[in-house]
Amino acid sequence: MMNSILATESLLAAGGVEAIKSGINWICQPHWFFILSCAGTGVFLAGYRTLTKPAVGIFVLVAFTIAYSLSAFDPDFLSIIIKPDNIPITLMFYLFGFFIWLGFRQSALNDQAMEEGKPLMEAGSDDKVLVWPDLVYTELIAMVLCTVFLMVWAVVLRAPLEQPADPSLAPNPAKAPWYFLGLQELLVYFDPWIAGVLLPGLVIVGLAAIPFIDKNPRGNGYYTFKERKFAVTMFMIGFVILWLVLIVFGTFLRGPNWNFFGPYEYWDAHRPVALLNINLSEIFWVQWLNQGIPTEGRWGLPHYVYRELPGIAVLIGYFFVLPGILRVTVFKKLADQMGFIRFALMVQLFLWMALIPIKMVLRWGWNFKYIVAITELFLNF
Amino acid sequence: MSVFSRFGDWVREGQIWGSVFRHGVPRDRRTRAMAVLSNVFLHLHPVAIRKSGIRLSFTWCMGGLTFFLFLVEVVTGVLLMFYYRPTVEYAYFDIQGLRAHVTLGLLREMHRWGAHAMVIAIWLHMLRVFLTGSYKPPREFNWVVGVILLVLTLLLSFTGYLLPWDQLAMWAIAVGSNMARATPVLGHEGPLAQLVQIGGVPLVHAGDDARFGLLAGTFVGPNALLRFYVLHCIFIPLVVGVLIAVHFWRIRKDGGISGPL
Repeated sequence: MMNSILATESLLAAGGVEAIKSGINWICQPHWFFILSCAGTGVFLAGYRTLTKPAVGIFVLVAFTIAYSLSAFDPDFLSIIIKPDNIPITLMFYLFGFFIWLGFRQSALNDQAMEEGKPLMEAGSDDKVLVWPDLVYTELIAMVLCTVFLMVWAVVLRAPLEQPADPSLAPNPAKAPWYFLGLQELLVYFDPWIAGVLLPGLVIVGLAAIPFIDKNPRGNGYYTFKERKFAVTMFMIGFVILWLVLIVFGTFLRGPNWNFFGPYEYWDAHRPVALLNINLSEIFWVQWLNQGIPTEGRWGLPHYVYRELPGIAVLIGYFFVLPGILRVTVFKKLADQMGFIRFALMVQLFLWMALIPIKMVLRWGWNFKYIVAITELFLNF
Repeated sequence: MSVFSRFGDWVREGQIWGSVFRHGVPRDRRTRAMAVLSNVFLHLHPVAIRKSGIRLSFTWCMGGLTFFLFLVEVVTGVLLMFYYRPTVEYAYFDIQGLRAHVTLGLLREMHRWGAHAMVIAIWLHMLRVFLTGSYKPPREFNWVVGVILLVLTLLLSFTGYLLPWDQLAMWAIAVGSNMARATPVLGHEGPLAQLVQIGGVPLVHAGDDARFGLLAGTFVGPNALLRFYVLHCIFIPLVVGVLIAVHFWRIRKDGGISGPL
């Protein structure tokens, strides 16, 4: 609200460029940025056949390059993108943009071909060529180009070296390496034991479990989206939104004290941020029941368990009742194909994944902190 | 026939050349097959391969490039090890020396950018394998090996991040390793760790928890530097090497590059 008023004010005060910049700063507030990323991914997946046409791809490439280059005239934005360890982020925009396009372009063509009864582009599995020369030369050329690329990168840009390590002088913000910034962002919404231990563990387990959960026999060995919409959509949400978009968050939008800043905003370490986060137990006991937070246990339960009963109920509902409901509603067809154990595993991974955007939205919208806050045992959820 | 090609033939027909390459010039099907079969490096490949499987737009070459970048990291890394000393006294100044006056100090730049490139390449490889459904039977196990390799790649990059011993390094590792103290049960600020005690004496404390195991201390200090150095240069690369062998072997055993059944 405050930000939007400020944005509107500066729209009126400054003209042209400044207005556009503050507009972009405004749209890069966490909730808008996140909603737009999700909407963008959704639109792309829904319209993948039209949106992967080469003309559209070239338009997006040119538009993004122009916007990115113009942004470099802004000193605050420039200071972010010229940090040597942020170069991979720029590289990432282009490489992932291109390869996601390439993958879905081929999916679109294959899906079209299957509808028309034509062969896939990967068809002809009996056509064999000799590895020498067809493959070894491709590999050789790829290695040479890669080496040249690395050498040019190494000559043009020095690897970063800051001041000598000083345990008494913490930088603000202290950021993890760029590829872990998504995990660091999760620290805002979850306690370290979830953000730093449990969720990364679940990402690894979840990735490894994919081939054992996905029993769809189609789409094995060729590009297709139509034949495996659920699997590909889930992967794109997890990989693009919950991993790559969060890295962009951490790189461009997180400044001193891990506060949110627009991409063209000065990183003011002294910007006051009034935040009073609130737990579910406070909402339940104080706001709904109009009584104090319980300090004594009941029914033989320690006071911290009694106090957190509403949150515990919510979690039990989320992880154990909701799967049952999903089983007979939206996931009915899927569950029938998968069998009990596969479905149970899939739905737990799905719910954990969904918990991330849920807690993000609750935090941004309502300053919500913990569902269960047993600080006594460091068991906050 | 020119002098050069006659000289070339003379070399190729001699005993030395013939002792290394036991086949003729790869010009026909038989010698081309022999070129792959009789070479320990090339025989990672089959002799013949599905045409659509090696289309660049199908594989993106990202798996191969990830492997190549791993080799680049090994070569540049070994050369850097001749100069760099993993101690608090020398580490930072050795890196400064590499940048200021060491011949081929540029290898450090290649090593660092190569590491970033490897992270991006392995993510793209995973994306490609997912989008083509190549993890489906019979390749489930190889996908799992790939996931472990992905994690190890990130760990390699992460352990290497500390070695320059500058502010960027120390605080990135401090942020990362702080998570370990919140490990459930095993970290001293983790949930349920307080319950692990005998007669009121806590068994999990700052001096023996998961973070202590990672850093060999309670802060990012000299022991952590040595530990990360050994993990980065010896331990993880060895594990990665073994798993890469398994990964490649399984590609062959599971029917080569995937394609429609």
